[in-house]
Amino acid sequence: MADAYPRSMRESIGRVEATRPERMEVEPQRLSLEERREVLDSFHPDYKEGGKRKLLVGPSRGEFVPHEMADLLEAYPLIDPDQVDLGQVDHEVDVLIIGGGGAGTVAALSAHEAGIPADRILITTKLRHGDSNSMMAQGGIQAADKEHDSPPIHYLDVLGGGHFGNDPQLVRALVNDAPEVIRWHEKLGVMYDKDTDGRMLTIHGGGTSRKRMHSAKDYTGLEIMRVVRDEALSRGIRCLEFCPTVELIRDDQGQVCGAVLWNLETEEYTVVRAKATVLATGGWGRLHIQGFPTSNHYGATADGLVLAYRAGAGLRDLDSVQYHPTGAAFPEQIVGLLITEKVRGMGAQPLNVDGALFVHPLEPRDVESGAFIRECSSPEQGGRGNGVVTPTGMVGIWLDTPMVDIIHGPGTFKRELSAIWRMYARFDIDPATDPVLTYPTLHYQNGGVVIDATGATAVPGLFAGGEVSGGIHGKNRLMGNSLLDFNVFGRRAGIAAAEWARQAKPGRPTLEHAANYAQELQGAGVDRERKAPSVLPEYRGERTLARMVDLI
Amino acid sequence: MSAEQDMIRIYIMGKAYEVPGGLTIMKAMEYAGYRLVRGVGCRGGFCGACATVFRRAGDYKLYADLACQATAEDEMYIAQIPSVPAERASWVLTELAPEDNPILALYPEVARCVACNTCTRACPQELEVMDYIQAALRGDIPQVAELSFDCVQCGLCAMRCPAEIVHYHVGQLARRIYGAYRAPEAGHLAARVQETARGDFDQELDKLEQMSKDELVELYRKRDVES
Ligand SMILES: Cc1cc2nc3c(=O)[nH]c(=O)nc-3n(C[C@H](O)[C@H](O)[C@H](O)COP(=O)(O)OP(=O)(O)OC[C@H]3O[C@@H](n4cnc5c(N)ncnc54)[C@H](O)[C@@H]3O)c2cc1C
Ligand code: FES
Repeated sequence: MADAYPRSMRESIGRVEATRPERMEVEPQRLSLEERREVLDSFHPDYKEGGKRKLLVGPSRGEFVPHEMADLLEAYPLIDPDQVDLGQVDHEVDVLIIGGGGAGTVAALSAHEAGIPADRILITTKLRHGDSNSMMAQGGIQAADKEHDSPPIHYLDVLGGGHFGNDPQLVRALVNDAPEVIRWHEKLGVMYDKDTDGRMLTIHGGGTSRKRMHSAKDYTGLEIMRVVRDEALSRGIRCLEFCPTVELIRDDQGQVCGAVLWNLETEEYTVVRAKATVLATGGWGRLHIQGFPTSNHYGATADGLVLAYRAGAGLRDLDSVQYHPTGAAFPEQIVGLLITEKVRGMGAQPLNVDGALFVHPLEPRDVESGAFIRECSSPEQGGRGNGVVTPTGMVGIWLDTPMVDIIHGPGTFKRELSAIWRMYARFDIDPATDPVLTYPTLHYQNGGVVIDATGATAVPGLFAGGEVSGGIHGKNRLMGNSLLDFNVFGRRAGIAAAEWARQAKPGRPTLEHAANYAQELQGAGVDRERKAPSVLPEYRGERTLARMVDLI
Repeated sequence: MSAEQDMIRIYIMGKAYEVPGGLTIMKAMEYAGYRLVRGVGCRGGFCGACATVFRRAGDYKLYADLACQATAEDEMYIAQIPSVPAERASWVLTELAPEDNPILALYPEVARCVACNTCTRACPQELEVMDYIQAALRGDIPQVAELSFDCVQCGLCAMRCPAEIVHYHVGQLARRIYGAYRAPEAGHLAARVQETARGDFDQELDKLEQMSKDELVELYRKRDVES
């Protein structure tokens, strides 16, 4: 069979193999807090000039966000408020969930457990139930459940990872509920990796001080998402698919009391009235901030931020974008797809073109990514020019994946990292014998809608959980804390929404907030053509787009 | 190689399009001008939304794969499956007894498996699908759970099965029974849940929550890292 790697890359692999025996013997050095700062300031894309601007309107006016996000927040309603007849109600429920990923599904189950009957809960989502970032999580979920670990130790790790910019109450909720979440999963039938006595097999993640990463092979998100979705099905909780929300509805008192959905196939709108609404729309990877490829699912277009912001909720920490250090950089077909941090957790090291280790494999993500970019950037850009160049001109860093089997025994990679193994095997690359090439990929929305520890936003009747919300992870999330986040805050938001629904008495429904927001935009001189939410990214070929005409 | 030479011809639902070689089927369809709504989800091989059936020129056989993972080839005839209308049996985990093997009661068609192996051939994850259906027939739940673990529930197995078996739902049932009742419980986890419920860490967390940033940074610097 032809070598999947071209000659220049193969030669570099020779150098990776040559340095391996020596590297296996030494413990890599960690960076000091000062050294971390320096890498971030000089090489993390967040700190690059010109990538962000101040918001012109809305509750977080004056805050910096990436241009790609500002373009959506400073945009007119996709649907003209005057075209919608709110009097014709299609669904009337107690708890409306927007987003059928992890947070949304957990919120639905929790609202149900808090006493809301299944037929008074409605999940609505953009694609199919479960098509989400949650489904894609590979590496694991954190929880301090081992004897030598504790929620306070976990707390400190979360803060350190987030550069101490996190909301303490949210972090506390996160670490404190973590063991209970894992126990709940165990009871629902999630197959965590365990030894024969039932002890969880846990490893390190970037920035953890204890081995508390729980996993289900490298399909951790798939396994959790499959189980919670199946549980929702067995309880008879309905999900309206292919119906993204395009606007929230508020009543004359300002409380959120439902949503306007838009059927992606028939293109008609649907009105849902609800006593409480949970926003669980996930993140923003598909905005391709600063042109980066992304690891995220197709629907990760930041819609929830747009909807909540227009309805009056504040946003925070959106100036910080998470780039995962190890996105695939070769072959071309899989550029941007994720290679889980678990691979480094199991011993694989990042190496430059000479096979040299240039950073500890498990620094917090932003630092690790910054170090990758420094290694790959040319000396003219202030970098070290030590990246590996692919035939299409991408530059990347080797991830020395064969170390996994050398450390843990032959067959480990294929067995415990089967998703990654499979992804490369399609292109005749065996990561158990050859390293794979990586480069940072746009991965996670660190910030989001401001919530309190119950999952309530500043807008009455509106709750949020999961990646759409902010504050939990400060300026940088650690691996394994977002699967945890969607469970902890999905649950808290579901319970709080159930409680709210029991006493809420929504008044006259209106879309005035959207109309008012449009007026504000007009006052600020924003181009009328700009509309949001974006719902789906645009990947059609240029030739088609240039010739497209709207005829029938 | 010139740009023209790089182009290949694919047939999307029977219609020919020229697209650059080396794209995934999904990206090739988008290049051709399709804005995907169905048949796309994670774009990373995890969600099973992009089940695709195809044929190669000069070959009468139908193949199946994931559009987001498989590379488009010259003279490929492509159709996506927008939705799989298979039925999930109605059951509730807590109403199943731990020692039960409810598979045959809930999915009796499993007994009709003729061991033709079509399901296994259809599986884009290359799982031993027929083997787990045979294991289900024997009541070997751990085996079903293990062999079906990497399933992305695309439904291609069920669409091809001459015996109308819904393999991916059978796998889901077995995995949940295994995870909840057959796998040994994590003792340390149960113990920790008791401690958090009792509030054993509350004081320490109170203290941390009140600390200034400087104090926290100091603590963080001094923390010991498990090796
Ligand atoms: C490849 C990958 C690997 C990861 N690995 C890990 C890991 O190992 N550990 C970890 O802790 N975290 C990991 N993460 C992060 C983690 O998976 C996510 O942050 C988390 O699952 C988010 O959950 P969520 O429910 O908030 O959002 P999602 O799961 O993304 O769900 C959001 C849902 O809302 C829907 N939606 C969006 N807009 C609308 C709208 N307008 N109307 C209706 N519905 C809408 C979406 O389609 C989607 O179904 C990973 C993420 C990715 C992408
Ligand atoms: S789009 Fe999810 S598996 Fe292909």
